[in-house]
Amino acid sequence: MADTQVLDKKAASPISFGKKERALITDPINDNNPITVQVLGICSALAVTTGMKNALVMAVAVVFVCLFSNVITSMLRKSIPSQVRMIVQLVIIATLVTVVELLLKAYAFESFKQLSVFIGLIITNCIIMGRLEAFALANRPYESALDGLGNGFGYGIILLIVAFFRELLGKGELFGYKIIGATPEYLLNTDGSKWFGWYANNGLMVLFPSAMFVIAILIWVHRAWNPKLVDIS
Amino acid sequence: MHSTRSVIIFVLIMTTVVALLLAGLSTILAPTHKKNELLYAKKSTLAAVSNHLGDVDFAGISDDQVESLFTERVEQIVIDMDGNTVSDADIEARGYKGGKAENVDILKEMKKPEADRVLPLFVYTKADGKKYYIVSTTGKGLWDVIWGCVAIEDDMNTIAGVSFDHKAETPGLGAEIKDNAAWVRQFNGKKLYEDGDFKSIYVRKGGARDANYEVDGISGATITGDGVTEMLERGIKYYEPFFKNLKG
Repeated sequence: MADTQVLDKKAASPISFGKKERALITDPINDNNPITVQVLGICSALAVTTGMKNALVMAVAVVFVCLFSNVITSMLRKSIPSQVRMIVQLVIIATLVTVVELLLKAYAFESFKQLSVFIGLIITNCIIMGRLEAFALANRPYESALDGLGNGFGYGIILLIVAFFRELLGKGELFGYKIIGATPEYLLNTDGSKWFGWYANNGLMVLFPSAMFVIAILIWVHRAWNPKLVDIS
Repeated sequence: MHSTRSVIIFVLIMTTVVALLLAGLSTILAPTHKKNELLYAKKSTLAAVSNHLGDVDFAGISDDQVESLFTERVEQIVIDMDGNTVSDADIEARGYKGGKAENVDILKEMKKPEADRVLPLFVYTKADGKKYYIVSTTGKGLWDVIWGCVAIEDDMNTIAGVSFDHKAETPGLGAEIKDNAAWVRQFNGKKLYEDGDFKSIYVRKGGARDANYEVDGISGATITGDGVTEMLERGIKYYEPFFKNLKG
């Protein structure tokens, strides 16, 4: 736990939303993004980004799990025996993921059918366990909640960006609605003109390797745009 | 450092709390899960006759509409391999609670020896009285099982529509058998019999060569396409004895 962040030196400091707290949310979205900067959680980013809808459900699920696992771990941080802390963290995450799975199956059955195995695989998403280990074990529930939200959002935003390009270029659709393609039934095409009528769906974009390409390009763009990241490496 | 005793106590309490929580939630939601699964299966069945639902638009169909169409328009029959109908009590005896065709699990049936199987059959009656026989079949895709419903017109030869589903085919490739409406539409109007002999439909890699008995394959999904060909040929043939009884 060498690089554990400790914010609550003054344990009795009042709960407020200042610069430090805002940074807890914005940092993981930009400067310390779990996917494009820390390069964590790549496996699920490859698997669920074939469509915007799946990516959105997955992002919401991860935000939920990340938020509550952080809060619960933080509340228990003084009573969790350090010898078994990893197992305790894993049980907390697994419980929350199972709750998500049961709820999706009951109230969003179509998404549950499509995501099926990937929901369960949130357990192995190293972003969540990483935050518990690096942050929640050493900080108050309030800060941990902000950190969980921030990391969930940081992950979710990248997921949605990758899914946007993969679904649009791979199927010519967004959220299942036809956008670009050769026939008039696509949104941008009218009877008189065919926008992007020349575009043929790129089958590679729906396959997993394309997610690697898209994420790599995203990392490049992110670094070119944010000079702070260039100095780090 | 905590003592071993306190570690064990912590772990025991944690496990108990988590187990009770999950077991409770699972029990509470079980009826909803079951309902969703049945509804999903009913919707897939109706998808095979989606062009013949009258004034109901299948793309925007609601759960209530699925239920009411199913109760009003669909007759549920279960047949055995000789083409005889199986009574509700016999279906229950096979472990399907409720005893209707909607409760029969075709994936489970396919694991039994051929002679012991029962098959679900849904007869959809259109508003004008025309009947469509919806048969179910299952086979292997590239990664895992695929299954589907085929609606056959009352001449027992012409296909009125199909719907396919799969467990784990690749999105954009094999999964197109479910997602690509244009591909699924190709089956409409195809024939099963040629001069009285069972021929079935062939998913042809590189494009259909016969207007009546072949459909275009999907690029990048050759093995899934072959799976569809195989499951149609084998699965529909199981219903042949029943159709013969019906005709004669």
